[in-house]
Amino acid sequence: MTDGIWPALLGRFTWNALAFVRAWQNPTVNEIIGAGAAMMVVLGAASVITLITVTGKWGYLWREWLTSLDHKKIGVMYVVLAFVMLARALAEAVLMRMQQAAAVNAPGFVEPDHFAQLFSTHGSIMIFFMAMPFLTGIINYVTPLQIGARDVAFPLLNSISLWLTGGAAGLMMVSLVIGRFSTGGWTGYPPYTELAFSPDVGPDYWISAVTLGSIASTLSGLNFAVTIYKLRCPGMTLMRMPLFCWTTLCTSILMIFAMPPLTVATALLALDRYLGFHFFTNDLGGNMMNYANLFWLFGHPEVYILILPAFGAYSEVVSTFSSKELYGYTSLVLATMAIAVLSFTVWVHHFFAMGQSANLNAVFGIATMTIGVPTGVKIYDWIWTMFRGEVRFTVPMLYSLAFMMTFVLGGFTGILLAFPPLDYLVHNTLFLVAHFHNMLIPGLLYGMLAATHYWFPKAFGFRLNEKWGRIAFGCWVFGFYLAFMPLYVLGAGGAARRSQAFFEPAFRPWLYVAGVGALILLAALTALFVQLWVSIRERDANRVFAGDPWDGRGLEWSTSAPPPEYNYAVIPVVDGRDPFYDGKRDGDGYAVPAGYEDIAVPRNSMVGPATGILGAGLAFGLVWYIWWLAVLCLAGIVATVIARSFIRDVERIVPAADVARIEDRWHHAIAAARPISRHHETTPANQGLAEVTA
Amino acid sequence: MTAPQADPRREKRREIRTYAIGYALALALTGGAFAAVHWPRFPARTTLGLVFGLALVQMIVHLRCFLHVSLRRSSRDDLLLILFSTLIIILMVAGTIVIIANLHGRMM
Ligand code: HEM
Ligand SMILES: [Cu+2]
Repeated sequence: MTDGIWPALLGRFTWNALAFVRAWQNPTVNEIIGAGAAMMVVLGAASVITLITVTGKWGYLWREWLTSLDHKKIGVMYVVLAFVMLARALAEAVLMRMQQAAAVNAPGFVEPDHFAQLFSTHGSIMIFFMAMPFLTGIINYVTPLQIGARDVAFPLLNSISLWLTGGAAGLMMVSLVIGRFSTGGWTGYPPYTELAFSPDVGPDYWISAVTLGSIASTLSGLNFAVTIYKLRCPGMTLMRMPLFCWTTLCTSILMIFAMPPLTVATALLALDRYLGFHFFTNDLGGNMMNYANLFWLFGHPEVYILILPAFGAYSEVVSTFSSKELYGYTSLVLATMAIAVLSFTVWVHHFFAMGQSANLNAVFGIATMTIGVPTGVKIYDWIWTMFRGEVRFTVPMLYSLAFMMTFVLGGFTGILLAFPPLDYLVHNTLFLVAHFHNMLIPGLLYGMLAATHYWFPKAFGFRLNEKWGRIAFGCWVFGFYLAFMPLYVLGAGGAARRSQAFFEPAFRPWLYVAGVGALILLAALTALFVQLWVSIRERDANRVFAGDPWDGRGLEWSTSAPPPEYNYAVIPVVDGRDPFYDGKRDGDGYAVPAGYEDIAVPRNSMVGPATGILGAGLAFGLVWYIWWLAVLCLAGIVATVIARSFIRDVERIVPAADVARIEDRWHHAIAAARPISRHHETTPANQGLAEVTA
Repeated sequence: MTAPQADPRREKRREIRTYAIGYALALALTGGAFAAVHWPRFPARTTLGLVFGLALVQMIVHLRCFLHVSLRRSSRDDLLLILFSTLIIILMVAGTIVIIANLHGRMM
C-alpha cells in the first residue's frame, strides 16, 4: 500500500470510518447501537433492492415513477421519502428519550458524542428531510388539481427538486454507515462547526445535505409560485382560490426569500472549512454572529414554511367535514399574508441571549407577539366554520381538532418566550424544546397527516382504514402530551437541552413519563404503517373511483380517483369559491363535454435522477476529500444540463380517442355508483359519489 | 389576462418601439453616470447621489420597457410581486445591518 494511492483514491476514508468496524474493534453498547443503525440502513436498502429485482419491477419503477414528471407521482414520491425519514428520526428521538431517562446520575448507554449526533440528525432530518418533503409532496399533489391545471409550471424542475432532496436524504443515510454525523445540532453554529473544533467529516455531511436540500426547496418555491400565478384555470381569480392554494403561495414566497440565506450561510461555512476563509472563525476577523443572523433569517420564516401548508389543509378539512363554506375566507387570506410578512421581522428572538441591546430585543419581542394575532384570527375562523355545521369526526377532522387545542397551548408558551427577560431564563432548556415540538407536531405533522388521510382516496382510489387511523391518531395525541408536557416542567426547572446526562434526581419521574410518551409516539407511527397495510389489503371494498368520497368542494374532487395523468380532459371554468360543491348543487358537477382534444403531457426524463445522484456523489466526494469523484460528478451535472437542452421533443400526446376512453369509463362509473349520504361516507357503501342535499 | 385582441403586426411594432426607447434611455442613463464621474461638475458627495439616482431611474426603465411591468391592470400581479420583494429585501438587509452594528457597538 503505497502512501500516495489510497488518499488520492479514497480521500480521508479509512476502515475505521465504517460503523461496523468500529463496533468490531470496540464492542461497547454505544458502538453496537451505531452499528445496529448502520445495519438497518444496509439491510433496508438491500431488501428493497432485492424485492424490486425479484418481482422484476425495475423497469416499471423507472418508467412509471422515478423518471416521471407528473406532479402527482412526484408528490407521492416526496411523501414516501418523508415517511422513511420520519421513521428514522422518530427512532432517534426515542433513543434520546431512553438515554436521558437512564442517565440521571448514571452514564446511560449512549456516549456524549453519539448523543450529540443523535440530536443533530434528528433535528436536521425532521426539518429538512421529513417536514419539507412532506409538505412539498402534498403541495405538489394538490395545488395543480385545485387550480384546474394539468401540471406545475416547470415539471422537469420539479423532478430535479425531488431528486436533489432525495440525494441529500440519501447522504444522511450514508452518514450512518460511513463516517459520522455532525455534533453541532440542527443549527450547526460555528465556531464549533469550524475545522478548529470539529475537524471530522460530520459538519461536512451536514453542510452538504442541508445545502442540497435548501437549493431544492428554493427551486420548488419558484415552481409553485409561478404555477399559481400563471396556470390558474379561467375564472379562478386569486380570491377564488381554495385556501390551501393561498397557503401554498405564501409558503412558496417564503421559500424563495428564506432559503437563500441558509444556502449562503452553509456555503460560507463551507468556504471556511474547505478553503481557509474566515467568515465565522474566532480569529482573523471572523464573526459568528453573522452566521446566527443569516441562519435565523432563514430559520424563522422556515417555521412558517412548515406550518402554513398545514393551516391550508386544516381549512379544507374543517370546511369539508362541516359541510360549510369556510368562515371568514378573506380574513384567512389576509391572516396568511400577514403571517408571511411578519415572519421576516422576528428572527432575533432565536438569539435574544446572544448580546444585542435590550432595546433591540424589545423591538423583536413585540414583533414576535404580534404574530399571535393573525394566528388567533385563523383559529376563530375554523371554530366558526364548524359552528352549526354538519360536523363529522373523521380522522382528518380529529387531527384538526387536536391541532387547534394543542397548537394554541404551544402558542401561549411562544408568547412567554417572546419576552426577552423570560427567554434569558429558559433559553437552551427543555422548555424551548417542549415549545417548538408543541408547535411543530400539531402545526406540521398532524396537518400533513390530516392532509394525507383527506387526499389519499383521491390519489390512490380507495379510502384508508378508519379504525387504524383512529388508533394512530389517539397515539399521536396521547403520546405527544406525555412526551412533551413534562419537558416544560423540566425546562422551567433548569434542565438544559442537548444534555446526554442529568445530575438532578428530581428530574427522574418527568423523564420517565416523557420516555413512555416517546414509546407511544413510536406506536403511533407503527399504527400508521399497519393502517396502510390493512387499507391496501382491503382496497377493493373501499374504492371511490367516482372521485368524491367526502362531498368535496374544490376542483380536485371533480376528477376520477386516481385522476388521469392529464388531470382534466377539458380545462374547467369556475365562477365561485367552491366550484365543485356548487356545481353539484346546480346539476352540472359532472357535465360530459361535447368532445375531447389531444392533450400534451410532459415526457419522462432522466435528468432528475441524474442530477440527484450526481449531486449526492459530488457532496460525498467533498465530504471525504475524494476530489476526483467531486470533479467527475460536477462535470456530469453540467453535461446533463447541456445534453438536456438539446432534447427538443419533450412532450407526449395523449390522443383524443384515449382521452375519450378514459373519461367514458369514469362517467359510466359515476352513472353506476350509488350516491351516499354523509352518514355513510366512512363505510364501504362510499363509492365516491356524494348525495346532493341542498 | 390577455389584452383585447390587437392586430399582431401593430402589436409587434409597438413592442419593438418600447424596446428601442428602453435601449436609448438605458444608454443615456448609463452614459450620464459615467459622464458625471469622468467630467466632475459637482462635489464628490453630490456626484455619488447623482449616480445612485440615475441607477434608480435605470431600474424603473428596465422594469417598464424590458420586463413590461406597468401600472396597467394586466401587470398588477408582477408589480405587487416586485414591491413585495423589495420590502422583504429591505427588511432583511436593514435588519442585518442594525443587528450587526448593535452587536459591534456593544463590543467596543
Ligand atoms: C414525534 C415525536 C418526536 C419526539 C419524541 C422528539 C424528541 C426530541 C428530542 C428528545 C430532542 C432532543 C432534546 C434535547 O435537546 O435534549 C429533540 C430535538 C429536536 N426535534 Fe424532535 N421529536 C419529535 C418530533 C419532531 C418533529 C416533528 C420535529 C420537526 C418537524 C422535530 C424537530 C426537532 C428539532 C429541530 C430538535 C432540535 C435538535 C437540536 O437540538 O439541534 N422533532 N426532539
Ligand atoms: Cu422564530
